[in-house]
Amino acid sequence: MSYPKGTLVRHTTAARINHWITAACFVLLMLSGLAMFHPMLFFLSALFGGGQWARAAHPWIGTVLMVSYAGLIVQYWRDNQWTRDDVAWMEKIDRVLANQEDGVPQVARFNAGQKFVFWSMTLLVPALFFTGLMIWDVYFSTYTTIEQQRVAVLIHSLAAIAAIVIWIIHVYAAIWVRGSMQAMTRGYVTPGWAWRHHRKWLRRLAETHSTGPTPGAGRDIPRARNKP
Amino acid sequence: MSDLQSQDYVRISASTITPPRARNADEQVAKLIDVTRCIGCKACQAACMEWNNLRQEIGYFEGSYDNPMDLSPDVWTLMRFTEWEDEKGNLEWLIRKDGCMHCEDPGCLKACPAPGAIVQYANGIVDFISANCIGCGYCVKGCPFDIPRISSVDHKSYKCTLCSDRVSAGLEPACVKACPTGAIMFGSKSDMTDWAGERIEDLKSRGFANAGLYDPPGVSGTHVMYVLHHADTPSIYAGLPDQPKISAFVDVWKGMVKPLALAGIAMTAAAGFLHWIVEGPNEVQPDDEVNGKRALNSTDDR
Repeated sequence: MSYPKGTLVRHTTAARINHWITAACFVLLMLSGLAMFHPMLFFLSALFGGGQWARAAHPWIGTVLMVSYAGLIVQYWRDNQWTRDDVAWMEKIDRVLANQEDGVPQVARFNAGQKFVFWSMTLLVPALFFTGLMIWDVYFSTYTTIEQQRVAVLIHSLAAIAAIVIWIIHVYAAIWVRGSMQAMTRGYVTPGWAWRHHRKWLRRLAETHSTGPTPGAGRDIPRARNKP
Repeated sequence: MSDLQSQDYVRISASTITPPRARNADEQVAKLIDVTRCIGCKACQAACMEWNNLRQEIGYFEGSYDNPMDLSPDVWTLMRFTEWEDEKGNLEWLIRKDGCMHCEDPGCLKACPAPGAIVQYANGIVDFISANCIGCGYCVKGCPFDIPRISSVDHKSYKCTLCSDRVSAGLEPACVKACPTGAIMFGSKSDMTDWAGERIEDLKSRGFANAGLYDPPGVSGTHVMYVLHHADTPSIYAGLPDQPKISAFVDVWKGMVKPLALAGIAMTAAAGFLHWIVEGPNEVQPDDEVNGKRALNSTDDR
């Protein structure tokens, strides 16, 4: 794996592949799920070859997403620990939204908004998976009562809507904060990007002579230096 | 069943438009099942199998007169037998012909996500248009009577059609035709209600003080009604719901959640777009790069 000289690794290759499997599953689940949620969106089932196919494919894709998201939890939970700095950052959210990040507390690998997305999905994905199992009629309808399935389908749809809203925030933030998309596609960011958005992370990497994504990682890779 | 163009729709599943209703002279129909006249011969079950060409796999004797033991994609009507003791200790053999009740306010149709998979004709019959069914099982959750069954072979939902094909041709349902005691009657809903009234009066005169008609208001009435000798406690008849209504969970899920969810999604997307046109992208500036490089290299050069 090669990254341009002088850049920092933001997401490892494994994490990126893991992320994009999850992303593809999420988009497919959203399309097939919304088709079964609202009559005006039933046309989306045509993307899957019709209603029967959308209904049949949806839970399998969900199963893949559950496994895939578990991989993301394993890789990202440490850097998403909630700290006191996150509260201070949240208090300055208006400055963040206005693209004026001076005066906003310095951020480690992830800011409070990213942590919110991570923990929300960490809650919602398993909730969707388990309620989804309960309403996976072909295989699991006999294990629960119809009343339990009614509760499950309501929770499933509410959790799905919450997940879609958070997904929109996630996608928009990636478009809004320039360089984030490249971080997840190619895996690297520039030192300037790190300075602007994740200064504490940058400093920790510098201290440990690391190229990222975590302090100590990639120490053996010689980094191009721009001596003054 | 297949789509019957000779009958008008009043409701179509997963549809936000008003179904075509040019012809509106259809009379509401009803099947009246007089439990007090039933002898449990199962001729109705046999007739249903015959007319609809249904053959349930042969099962095993399970110690009950119920045969088969439950409704299935191939069993659309079923005699359910209950041995019940009244307060005086007298044994009564309650026999109820179970099957779709053809609710005036059908929970299955409300829950169904597939456009046109469940329809209600102007005469009140609730019918599954199997070609449109996607096999999701939402109708099972919508039904207050636990009637629809999903086939594990073709992944379609099945239930009694009230012989909509026969009714559209002016015939009575097959079970009605076959009943040897006249316990199953078919006609206009008002005629059936009148006839039930006579029967109930007769039953009351013979000591069944709680005799009455089962036409539950919780689902706005049904197009299959029962005359019960103990109409005060329908649940003694093999679990016939005392006060059936569409589950509140289904009401919320299929009611306010749908528009609120779409509005929430649309507003989040709109908020993102608004932010973009007001604040625009957050771009790394040249001095960020200078500072970033300095921060990295200062420790490198230690």
